[in-house]
Amino acid sequence: MSEQPMSTDAEVESTAFTDKDRVEGEHEAASVRAVLINRPRQELYDFWRDFRNLPAFMENVKSVEIMESGRSSWIVAGPAGADFELVSEITEERPGEYIAWRSLEESDIDHEGWIEFRDNPFGRGTEVRVFISYDPPAGPVGKVVAKVLQREPRIQARRELRRFKQLMETGEIPTSKAPDAAPRADRHL
Amino acid sequence: MRALTWHGKHNVQVDTVPDPQIVNPRDAIIKVTSTAICGSDLHLYDSMIPGMSNGDILGHEFMGVVEEVGPRSTLKVGQRVVVPFVIACGSCFFCGKQQYSACDNSNPADKSDASEIAYGYPMSGLFGYSHMTGGYAGGQAEYVRVPYSDIGPLVVPDGVEDDKVLFLTDIFPTGWMAAENAEIEPGDTVAVWGCGPVGLFTIKSCFLQGAARVIAIDHLPRRLELAKKNGAEVLNYHEVKVREALMEMTAGIGPDACIDAVGMEAHGFSPDNIIDAVKQETKLGTDRQHVLRETIMACRKGGRVSVPGVYGGIGDKLPIGAFMQKGLTIRTGQTHVQKYLPHLLDLILEGRIDTTDLISHRLPLEQAAEGYRNFHDNPDEWTKVVLKPQ
Repeated sequence: MSEQPMSTDAEVESTAFTDKDRVEGEHEAASVRAVLINRPRQELYDFWRDFRNLPAFMENVKSVEIMESGRSSWIVAGPAGADFELVSEITEERPGEYIAWRSLEESDIDHEGWIEFRDNPFGRGTEVRVFISYDPPAGPVGKVVAKVLQREPRIQARRELRRFKQLMETGEIPTSKAPDAAPRADRHL
Repeated sequence: MRALTWHGKHNVQVDTVPDPQIVNPRDAIIKVTSTAICGSDLHLYDSMIPGMSNGDILGHEFMGVVEEVGPRSTLKVGQRVVVPFVIACGSCFFCGKQQYSACDNSNPADKSDASEIAYGYPMSGLFGYSHMTGGYAGGQAEYVRVPYSDIGPLVVPDGVEDDKVLFLTDIFPTGWMAAENAEIEPGDTVAVWGCGPVGLFTIKSCFLQGAARVIAIDHLPRRLELAKKNGAEVLNYHEVKVREALMEMTAGIGPDACIDAVGMEAHGFSPDNIIDAVKQETKLGTDRQHVLRETIMACRKGGRVSVPGVYGGIGDKLPIGAFMQKGLTIRTGQTHVQKYLPHLLDLILEGRIDTTDLISHRLPLEQAAEGYRNFHDNPDEWTKVVLKPQ
């Protein structure tokens, strides 16, 4: 039998659809991810724009505090039990369509990202694209740790977006864990 | 509660485990009254499926009484329900098309990486069938937590015994969809490989869907006998050359449709290769697909091949030339149980199908391990095992 590796992933070049680990970004770890959600664009945008909603489906984000002038403080669970604080500001927004943010100096980790909401032209709902990029804690060693804990940006983006879709389409986030182990069993919408 | 749990190859036992609880608003807790051992459970028993953990509760064919409901469930405590083995959300693109086994949402995000890498897209959640399908506890237990309980479970009337409706959970819709995928036309001869429970329901379904003739293939005498009792002409592949026999019986044209109700052989997913695939995203284990090859070769020109049999990896030496040149159609997939349930329940209530003739043994849940061992070692005598929690 041939030893040539078989491609089970389509090699797609467009950055809009790519789920690559090394997408252009200022920081060491970056990812772009797309998902199609069967809900109206404005509903998705409004939910995401209130960042206090994000802990409902972002497993690593413990809490978000909204501050003035488009700034927010995020407490994020890091590897090995240590929490990090990300402090960000919105750098650009087009209501209903696009939000971009980047970290401020007081942030524990340098990061940036954007999210884009676009109507699917064929009536299947909304196309959501997310770009996130950050410097993992403690450089290359931190990246190894992050990988072991499955918190690479690519995996993280994939999972967060899946949970966002599950929450928006079904009103809940499926889990097979028992209540005490399930993430935020109290977040019923 | 008591539940049948997995502890490695050929090692299942009934343990005492915590009762399931309501976690999400659309959940319900079902008190199990009857549950069956499936042929595909034997792949778990053989330790052929990756993503199993010690203590996982098995079982995906179960029914019972609603014990508790979450605030957004549409079920009521006390209702009697059969529960599809497929977990579906009802609101995604695929559920909208009634392709419930392709549900985009029911596999938790932290579990769906494996199938997404192996197959390109995440597979739906199933009950009791490894962490690749979500890690949901199965129904060979006293109680089960059922997610999205407003979409899956079907209420069944009192006065119909459990055994008659239990197989709505999996094998009856599976056989039905297999027959539907064969696109049966009047006058058709359908050949079915495999006279296990799925093969038997396939045979029954083929006749109900208008097949003129069904030829069933197996080697186990009692299973062939059951197929014959259901109207099929039978071939024992240890005694005859199947393709020659099919040619002779159809006067040279070949069966109009061929159904593979066998699937991958015991080599299964080849767990090392699947785990490698998750790491390398390239190689997947080679499934043994002898039956699939035979269905393609045996099918008449322009005919249809239907594959309810489960495959997991990469096929080797598929007669793709025969497939193309003969102009065949292949239709396959995990069963979209929810799509078929109401109609199939009607068939049962109208007395148009016998859903119990394949049951060979009924055991208390406490004897489930013995059930597994015998179903595995003595498949001729043990054709289908139904477990009853006490």
